[in-house]
Amino acid sequence: MSDEKNILTVKGVQELLEKLQVDELKDVTIEGDLEIEIEPSAAGVPPEMMRSITVANETRQLLQHFKNLLSMEGISVPGTPTVQLAVPIKPVPTIAKFSPLGKLIERRFEVKKDEWKSKIEEVTLGATRADGGTRGHTITIGGEVCMPFYPDAQNPHRPIVVLDTFDEPIPLAKAVKGFYGDVMEDPCDWAKKNVKEFGADMVTIHLHSTHPLEKNTPTKEAIKTIEDILQAVDVPIVIGGSGDPGKDPEVLEAAAEVADGERCMIASANLDMDWERIAKAAKKYGHNILSWTSLDMNNQRELDRKIMKIVGMPRDRIIIDPTTAALGYGLDYAYTNMERIKIAGLKGDDELNFPMSSGTTNAWGAREAWMKESPMSEDSDWGAREYRGPLWEVITGMTLAIAGVNMFMMMGPIAVHVLKNMTQTLMGLVEDKDHEIDISNWIREV
Amino acid sequence: MKIQSPLEAYNYLPGTNCKECGEETCMAFASKLIDRSRKLEECKEILDESYKDEYEELTGLLAPEIKEITVGTGEKAVKIGGEDVIYRHELTFFDAPPFAYDVTDVMDEKEIVDRVNYVQNYKKFYVGNFLTLDMIAIRSVSDDPKKFSSCVRKVAETTELPVILMSFNPDVLEAGLKVISERRPLIYAATVDNWKRIAELVDKYKVPVVLFSPDLDKLSSLAKTFLEMGMEDLVLDPGTYASGKQLKGTFDRFIKLRRSGIKEGNKDITFPIMCIPMQAFLANKKGYKPLPDELIETLGGPEEGRELYQPVLSETAIGNISIIKYADIIVWHNIEAYSVLPSIHLKFNMYTDPRTPVSVEPIMREVGNPDENSPVFFTTNFALTYFTVFNDLDSNGIDSYLLVIDTGGIGVQSAIAGGQLNAGKIKDAVEESKVKEKVKHNTLTMPGYAARLMGDVEDETGMTVLVGPMDSGRIPGFLDEHWPPKSE
Repeated sequence: MSDEKNILTVKGVQELLEKLQVDELKDVTIEGDLEIEIEPSAAGVPPEMMRSITVANETRQLLQHFKNLLSMEGISVPGTPTVQLAVPIKPVPTIAKFSPLGKLIERRFEVKKDEWKSKIEEVTLGATRADGGTRGHTITIGGEVCMPFYPDAQNPHRPIVVLDTFDEPIPLAKAVKGFYGDVMEDPCDWAKKNVKEFGADMVTIHLHSTHPLEKNTPTKEAIKTIEDILQAVDVPIVIGGSGDPGKDPEVLEAAAEVADGERCMIASANLDMDWERIAKAAKKYGHNILSWTSLDMNNQRELDRKIMKIVGMPRDRIIIDPTTAALGYGLDYAYTNMERIKIAGLKGDDELNFPMSSGTTNAWGAREAWMKESPMSEDSDWGAREYRGPLWEVITGMTLAIAGVNMFMMMGPIAVHVLKNMTQTLMGLVEDKDHEIDISNWIREV
Repeated sequence: MKIQSPLEAYNYLPGTNCKECGEETCMAFASKLIDRSRKLEECKEILDESYKDEYEELTGLLAPEIKEITVGTGEKAVKIGGEDVIYRHELTFFDAPPFAYDVTDVMDEKEIVDRVNYVQNYKKFYVGNFLTLDMIAIRSVSDDPKKFSSCVRKVAETTELPVILMSFNPDVLEAGLKVISERRPLIYAATVDNWKRIAELVDKYKVPVVLFSPDLDKLSSLAKTFLEMGMEDLVLDPGTYASGKQLKGTFDRFIKLRRSGIKEGNKDITFPIMCIPMQAFLANKKGYKPLPDELIETLGGPEEGRELYQPVLSETAIGNISIIKYADIIVWHNIEAYSVLPSIHLKFNMYTDPRTPVSVEPIMREVGNPDENSPVFFTTNFALTYFTVFNDLDSNGIDSYLLVIDTGGIGVQSAIAGGQLNAGKIKDAVEESKVKEKVKHNTLTMPGYAARLMGDVEDETGMTVLVGPMDSGRIPGFLDEHWPPKSE
């Protein structure tokens, strides 16, 4: 043996291995100190490596044989050559195949009901002959014992819809105008149509023409319309002014007197006008009062308190309007304000537990409700406004129904219909067996 | 989340007040963690190995009650769930429900591409940004794996939006997964019948999955079983129906699930909820109509597509109710612009953080390159009003000055009724902006709704006042008629 053979080199080992026909050490390198390194791949231990590990174990035995062989050849090897797997292999060297559980774990779903301390006041609108009025029937709203439509309890009264009638023709969105074109000249025809054709539970007569900056109809003349409306329809009515804080107190006071005993709702008293005069008139002539504030719970409390304490209005004749902002134009404020008020009322806040009214007609103030197309060229198409506008009103109304509104003052017959249908459905009042669907294979059937 | 007070979070933080996160103190950072306006990972120190235990524990405590699940990858990925409250005023709602729109594997290629493009290119300007749509749901009507696979491929070629693969047939779903699994689609759905095979797919492709049953006992069983198998990226479909008692049941189930998850901490079901208002179209096939047809006739909209109005109206109403209570992801069928528009607004509104006032800085803005002859407008600092007016001026190329009056973030009509917008405030804004020195016409144009302030404003500011249109979209036409102002 030559001298070179006295030194064990890696190359020498490899040659020896080759001599012995160990040529399948794939993924295995043998370094000078006789460690065998195995590079694990990210995916874990690949089959080739498993094979290599097996080979490595065999190599360990083989090396022992080498040692013996080499010492027979007169070459000394310091220590015992070892084969180490430098990277610990974590998973057990068999790959577990995923297998699902044998059967479903049985569960029963249970959830507690919400329970509230207090209930919302009930307010009755309209007076029949028996009660000194001339209405064909009365309508009662409020009285909730849980959040609207919640599965905690059955609330006693469904939300109602009041359709707007004006004492003069006003500019209307195209999607609304088509329904009223023929009656706008005569508020009585308008009111009748609202009740007979469009399913209004009540009508509002807005004395819009009294506005000082517009037609400025004198109060005495304007209130004649109230008498006409009371003749034309026998549903309970709402009497509204023109929104002018200066003139409304005078107009509404006179209107309350002319409708003496009919238990109308007088709309409205708010903090920026002579609320006291309006509320006093409502009380004196046997009406309900609408207490209207602008998106502020504390103002609502304040006005309600004043109406109760200063005017002495009975609790069952107060309805509140915390203000409706249109979808896209502050609806989130209106929603949360109303939801908080309803929750406060159910929790026992006796300055807020009154039925709520919403001026849902405000939805039509959103340009997206009535404009023919977007004024911005970057916008995608807005779709036909005749179809879009009613949806704007439906969604504004439904959102606030969920917040707890009891009375919707509305404009569009389509929205009225859908809103009545949906709110009564969510109260569980609509069976509709005929249109029950089976959704077990819906993906293929829609 | 499991903790309510900043102090509870503070106990886990390093407490060094290093200010690296941008907050003055660790306590300040802790309070931001509690209101979820900052993320724990923004604290660099706690990411250090030595705080490993604190980091992990606090992460667990801060996790939202309803699990937040990511669908899709990259920039277009959507987050669903992540909710912590029952009522939005208790904190805020967090992850607005993505809107997915369906295509089917029996549509021809052109229809698929057109629908996908409509969805991915949709935009509507609103409060300084564009509202957009989020996802594509691919529905297997054919039940044929090959057809489904080629439909999925077509969608994947056309868009990077995240997708939902929909079939009750595991073979069909797998055909879709083979095409698109690396883009982390949501698969729909595991039921009491097919759940084992679906679980195998979830394990193999590592994708989130929807569990479907209108029976809440069964839905809970499915969820518990998947959890037990180590699968946590779950979405629940408690069944959406379209009318009558069935729709009432749908509403009730959504309420019960969310209440159980958030109020009672029922860990079996603390997952996002899926609403599928397109069931309205199934009901429509059975003759359900939310409206008498005569009303639609009177409405007088375009005849083309009029027959769709009934089911679209119904789908829109159901979908929008679910935005409020408590859908975390919504799958729509109709892509009618008149339905998409209100729905995306409601989604945006409900998921606006009620804690932040929606107002802009009350200063004078220059639109375009105004000069001494340019008109001067004013509006309020309610963000929505401001952006609407600004964009109506800007997009119509009207060089002008826009005074933004501080009304405390209230719009024109309400601010006039409430007194936040008055002649005194307008005078102050005019003086502060020195706008009188910038123009030589001494004319101020006011919003139509502010008309009643005209006299007072003229007296206070000494400017000539023009009453503008009620809607700023009509300013261009208004200026054609009234600008430049006639000399006195």
